[in-house]
Amino acid sequence: MYHYDDYDRALVHERVVQFRDQVQRRMSGELSEEEFLPLRLQNGLYMQKHAYMLRVAIPYGTLSADQMRTLARIARDYDRGYGHFTTRQNIQFNWIELEQVPDILELLAGVDMHAIQTSGNCVRNITTEAFAGVAADELLDPRPLAEILRQWSTVNPEFLFLPRKFKIALCSAEQDRAAIMMHDIGLYLYRDEQGEMLLRVMVGGGLGRTPILSQQIREALPWRHLLSYVEAILRVYNRWGRRDNKYKARIKILVKSLGIEAFAEEVEREWQHIKEGPAELTDAEYLRVASSFQPPPYEWLPDVDLTLDTWLAQEPSFARWVERNVMAHKVQGYASVTISTKPGMAAPPGDVTDVQMSMLAHWAERFGFGELRITHEQNIVLPDIRQRDLYALWCAACEVGLGAPNVGLLTDIIACPGGDYCKLANAKSIPIAQAIQQRFLDLDYLHDLGDISLNISGCMNACGHHHIGNIGILGVDKNGSEWYQVTLGGAQGKASALGKVIGPSFSAEAVPAVIERLVQTFVEHREADERFVETVNRIGLGPFRERVYAAAEATL
Amino acid sequence: MKNLIRLVEGQARIVHDDPWQLVRDDAPQAAGALILPLAHWQARQDAEVLAGNRLSLQGVLLQPDDDPEALAEWLEVLPLVAIDFPSFLDGRGYSQAYLLRVRRGWCGEVRAVGEVLRDQLAHMRQCGFDAFAVREDKSAEDALKGLAGMSVLYGRSAIEPRPLFRRRG
Repeated sequence: MYHYDDYDRALVHERVVQFRDQVQRRMSGELSEEEFLPLRLQNGLYMQKHAYMLRVAIPYGTLSADQMRTLARIARDYDRGYGHFTTRQNIQFNWIELEQVPDILELLAGVDMHAIQTSGNCVRNITTEAFAGVAADELLDPRPLAEILRQWSTVNPEFLFLPRKFKIALCSAEQDRAAIMMHDIGLYLYRDEQGEMLLRVMVGGGLGRTPILSQQIREALPWRHLLSYVEAILRVYNRWGRRDNKYKARIKILVKSLGIEAFAEEVEREWQHIKEGPAELTDAEYLRVASSFQPPPYEWLPDVDLTLDTWLAQEPSFARWVERNVMAHKVQGYASVTISTKPGMAAPPGDVTDVQMSMLAHWAERFGFGELRITHEQNIVLPDIRQRDLYALWCAACEVGLGAPNVGLLTDIIACPGGDYCKLANAKSIPIAQAIQQRFLDLDYLHDLGDISLNISGCMNACGHHHIGNIGILGVDKNGSEWYQVTLGGAQGKASALGKVIGPSFSAEAVPAVIERLVQTFVEHREADERFVETVNRIGLGPFRERVYAAAEATL
Repeated sequence: MKNLIRLVEGQARIVHDDPWQLVRDDAPQAAGALILPLAHWQARQDAEVLAGNRLSLQGVLLQPDDDPEALAEWLEVLPLVAIDFPSFLDGRGYSQAYLLRVRRGWCGEVRAVGEVLRDQLAHMRQCGFDAFAVREDKSAEDALKGLAGMSVLYGRSAIEPRPLFRRRG
């Protein structure tokens, strides 16, 4: 992972001093809440329903064992013993006292972490996929350019007060596991026949009130021009994006109103002025950053591990976990493991206790090379596990409630914190997620159903990415009570699609039964090993709708 | 203007005798060293100034919707450009200043006016502002402390044309 040098360290430490002063000025009344707001947001601090929430950046979802231990310490000493991993690969602490925030930030700075620009109308945490550097289908490593972008966008003075938040993601594998098409800027990195790194630049994606998938603005951009091209997009957006209505302020609205061609021309005009300047990236800088991402010292291991085969044959629960939670690795004898944070009733999706965080750090060191990743599905990846250690890891994970064998299954639910915590929410998310998880406790049945993504957002802001869930659930407010609208057919990845609403919304109590009927409809119409979303695409919404609403009428 | 901070050869000073007066609305009776919105500025200039033969006595106020390119033909005759921050949340002024300085090579004063607050001054300075009319209910002495900002700038700016990766030792 990236190693901070003196510049990087100076920046995070100076930022702590700066924010400590701002907090003091807020507490003395020198700064009004209105003036303090953008300052605290740019340091990840939100005011939620019950307390302040602090969102800590985990750049492109990668962190070290020591960093994870520091998060555990913050959860234990400054929160109520847990943290919440988010769909943007960050972590949120929900019960924070304002006066303690500078101390927390100082702890973070001590392990090369920060909360800079995890909120506010600025460029947010740069994301990529959780398997960067280890995925078997990777074309090249996206992390050096992600880090270069992180640095460039951090406290970039021109772009700290954009019309709205701005999210950038990178992907460089066959499969898009970074939800590129729902970002303000999405970058697909690849090589041409001569081996040069190129970028396909997508722009104007985003969920929220007006979900739009991004469109291609440029093909084959040489990597050296990454910063100048992103700068051109941001300058056009900063100058011409709408500021009169926060719901129309994202870049997707500007791209849509101008049309992609006209928008691209604006960007091109701006870019022509800056492309040949000092912003052009150098080989030296790429190599400097890339040297931080060298592969760890892998052992030579046999491709087939006999002890693993034995355990697979003897322990069906272990075999089931391996089937769902273990992914192929570039290096023979190794695997990447996804630890599910979705145990069901025991904890809300994405929530991890301080003890669990400490254990995760310990496993990363004992079984891997001391590194962990956060996925945008809110799970945790241990990227480099020897196959012969998989069984020991599974046993350890089960002991602390992290052994759920459900990655990619119906119960691997993405959910925002919802009405239990969030001031913006129209409805709760967590109890809905848990009620659905309770309804599908039969693991054999769940595994037979195969891949189904179910995403829940407590409001239109769509932090739970409901639009791109195969099944999406959106909390809505109806005359002061909480109702849930259901969409079907959403998908992420290169075949991204936005789900379609199946009909009128449901009460909270009705939701688990609705999901059950959707699943039954799938089972009845499924051909061979078809995935849920494939069946939906083949037969359309009709049969699902009929089943759900016929049953609803029958109960009236 | 009151509460004005100006950078002179890199040193920040509070200016106590600034002659400039900001006139946002059309006030034909106003006289002296005025800073006017673009349309009003144009209306007041005589042919000699507009032809670029004589310096203007008035400065221009760029508002967020204005394109700094609109000033291109008069940069030679302008004594000063002010950039308006109607809200400290509106970041268009940063790009306007950057474009004036870097794209147009404007060397005269670029003054931030409006909601100009201590915690934004360092960003403004990076984008090329060299004068800051701090909001009048705030202390200019306090605001001076916000001007330095942090020692590390990763990217580049109007006053530091090279990104850090070209400066890293």
